[in-house]
Amino acid sequence: MPFNETFDVVVLGGGNAALCAAIVAARAGARVIVLEGAPRFYRGGNTRHTRNLRCSHDGTAPTMTGPYDQQEFLDDLYRVTGGQTDKALAELTVARSRELIGFMNEQGVRFQPPLGGTLSLGKTNAFFLGGGRGMLNTLYRRAESFGVTCLYEAPVIALDIQDGVFVSATIKYEGGEQKVRGKALVAAAGGFEANVEWLKQYWGEAADNFLIRGTPYNRGDVLRMLLDKGVAPVGDPTQCHAVAIDARAPKFDGGIATRLDSVVFGIMVNREAKRFYDEGEDTWPKRYAIWGRLVAQQPGQIGYSIIDAKSIHMFMPSIFPAIQAQTIPELAGKLALDPAALEATVNEFNAAVKPGKFDHTVLDDCATSGLAINKTHWARKIDTPPYYAYPLRPGITFTYLGVRVNEEARMLLEGGRPSGNMFAAGEIMAGNVLGKGYLAGIGMTIGAVFGRLAGEGAAKHARN
Amino acid sequence: MHATESLREADRLMTICNACRYCEGLCAVFPAMEMRRTFAAGDLNYIANLCHQCGACYPDCQYSPPHEFNVNIPAAMAKLRNDSYAAYAWPRAFAGAFARNGLTVTLLAAAGLAGFIVGFVAWADPAALFSAQAGDFYKVMPHNAMVAVFGAAALYAVAAFWFSLRAFWRDINAGAPPAGLAAFARAVADTMHLTYLHGGGGGCASESDAPSPARRIFHHFTFYGFLFCFAATSVATVYHYGFGWRAPYALASVPVVLGIIGGLGLLVGPAGLFLLSRRRDPALVDGARTDMNTAFIAMLFLVSLTGFALMGLRDTAAMGVLLAVHLGLVLGLFLSLPYGKFVHGLYRFLALVKYAAERKQGKFVE
Repeated sequence: MPFNETFDVVVLGGGNAALCAAIVAARAGARVIVLEGAPRFYRGGNTRHTRNLRCSHDGTAPTMTGPYDQQEFLDDLYRVTGGQTDKALAELTVARSRELIGFMNEQGVRFQPPLGGTLSLGKTNAFFLGGGRGMLNTLYRRAESFGVTCLYEAPVIALDIQDGVFVSATIKYEGGEQKVRGKALVAAAGGFEANVEWLKQYWGEAADNFLIRGTPYNRGDVLRMLLDKGVAPVGDPTQCHAVAIDARAPKFDGGIATRLDSVVFGIMVNREAKRFYDEGEDTWPKRYAIWGRLVAQQPGQIGYSIIDAKSIHMFMPSIFPAIQAQTIPELAGKLALDPAALEATVNEFNAAVKPGKFDHTVLDDCATSGLAINKTHWARKIDTPPYYAYPLRPGITFTYLGVRVNEEARMLLEGGRPSGNMFAAGEIMAGNVLGKGYLAGIGMTIGAVFGRLAGEGAAKHARN
Repeated sequence: MHATESLREADRLMTICNACRYCEGLCAVFPAMEMRRTFAAGDLNYIANLCHQCGACYPDCQYSPPHEFNVNIPAAMAKLRNDSYAAYAWPRAFAGAFARNGLTVTLLAAAGLAGFIVGFVAWADPAALFSAQAGDFYKVMPHNAMVAVFGAAALYAVAAFWFSLRAFWRDINAGAPPAGLAAFARAVADTMHLTYLHGGGGGCASESDAPSPARRIFHHFTFYGFLFCFAATSVATVYHYGFGWRAPYALASVPVVLGIIGGLGLLVGPAGLFLLSRRRDPALVDGARTDMNTAFIAMLFLVSLTGFALMGLRDTAAMGVLLAVHLGLVLGLFLSLPYGKFVHGLYRFLALVKYAAERKQGKFVE
């Protein structure tokens, strides 16, 4: 067992950012160990549920339509973050994103053109052949071919950090505790989205009703330890990326397949069978990211998307079948809602629908008028049986709190002094770039860009 | 609700996969799925036969076991595919041959062997049977008798294929517009190239999550070996009836050269496939019916091996017995063709024709 030597680089975490760092460091000649807390099957945290990375490119990438220039990428990033980003790091991320397809190809990762359902991302995002887990398997094989040691079920329980300098990590491993010493550290161990107790600090008991889209191992333990040892925080600790997903999804690790895009085609009601937000506010993907929070604010953290036969085939097929009934009261009964209340809500909505020309691909002119909460687009009467419903709960994807880093991916300590030998990459520092909001594939971009920087920096430090 | 467990499982998995779609770049299965919202039995039988069992989607899948969704497309499709062979078998009474395939093929091979040995002893001139005949097989068994036996076996196989494939084609094409010549040509190219035994470019994830081209290469040896042997027989038939040139043919003649090339393919290919199958992750296959693969590649290997033995010793006294053994195995192979692994190529070809047609006509469901 590798616990007697001092490694050049100790990598905490086992996702895209961790492996990019490990590969780069190992290629630079460093002795590298990757400590993954999860079992082998669940290795890689959220990376196993990703599908693509966003990158600026000149239009010659074979699997992409394009081009996607740096300014456009930056504009997209500034727009979704509302300015909550470190401008220098954002520019760095975008500039270095141009190298990622080449870098990934070099490691053996393959890409594919998007097909059904994701064509809109063909210009901005490079899709991994077989998805994130396929990409991750390739990165692990590559890392192992360079002699990187990868341990699974090796969670970190303590970090020895002295005056901002990493000395060793204590892990639980094969029933005992072990010390792993290293000359440099790369922390790439993700956020705390699966740590319900931690989420409760900000969300109270409601967090018990959240579904976690990734593995149960994204507990943020390393993040917590680093912050406790004086690393400067970044990002709003209360914020997490939450989308509305099928309430029948498993508590953990339901991933992409549990998403639903039925909301815009009908109405959303809460447990009291009342509408609570404009279902027609915006197009995908923005609408996708607001409904998690909206449902989280409802009693019992549950909502019901109600549609009729006109709409059932207008969105991506769902993993769980829609709940179906011939009448609205019957549907309410199946959802355990008050039948009279749901019928009243539907009738009131139907009466408020104004005539218009329905087109779900644009912000059309179908709207309601006179309601306390109007539906501003895609409003059609819910009047064609059978009627369908999907129950929805908040699905937590990732958290925004992280450690502050500089342009070398080096952690910054409280007061702004850079750490001597500690680097960070991936979700654990994504809040530097993405302080708010979301762009499809940006997590993989940040992970790969800062993973490479961290690997370079850590290997260089170990050599000197 | 579907009638069988394998259909229900395939339906369950396609519903999960259709909500995920991360594997759409790997092969034809997932694009075919994306053209549907619901899956009738015919759809599932079509998709199962489209699956080349490359295994690439299994290590790529975020929901494969031990995940609670328990998604295992290679194994589920293998089971359904094997069930579909039985479901479309003609006559229906022989559907059980797929369940006990190793036994079935062994019995047919034994029957073929026994038939020829007994037949030779009973009818052939004992002097001709156990002495050197300068490679003239027809001294042991008259040409017309050979044609009668193998012609009948071949006709039977063709009839069995015809009725089985017709039932399959009708089942998977309920209401669909007919496939054109272009789709047929596309399917021929996809078959010759094994387009979908690539895992989308990397190869089969057969033994581990590392993709490898080995299975595709050995399948090519087997497939083209078979084609070369078929060509050898066809050329010999033309020689016989067209030109009156009777066997045995010289070593450098077209039928013999084709036969040697084909025979080598049928030694290398099946041996390689067998060795790979031993190292294959058992999670990826229909564990109850692996004997179907073994029986088929064993028969191809043995036919080729005895063919070479016959060629090498055709001028010796061993020729008569070797001929009985070789022809017996060939007859066993012929009789087992409609009831063994061979049918995978025919069903898959039709599935590829349909897929080629669908890619032109169909639309992804979004």
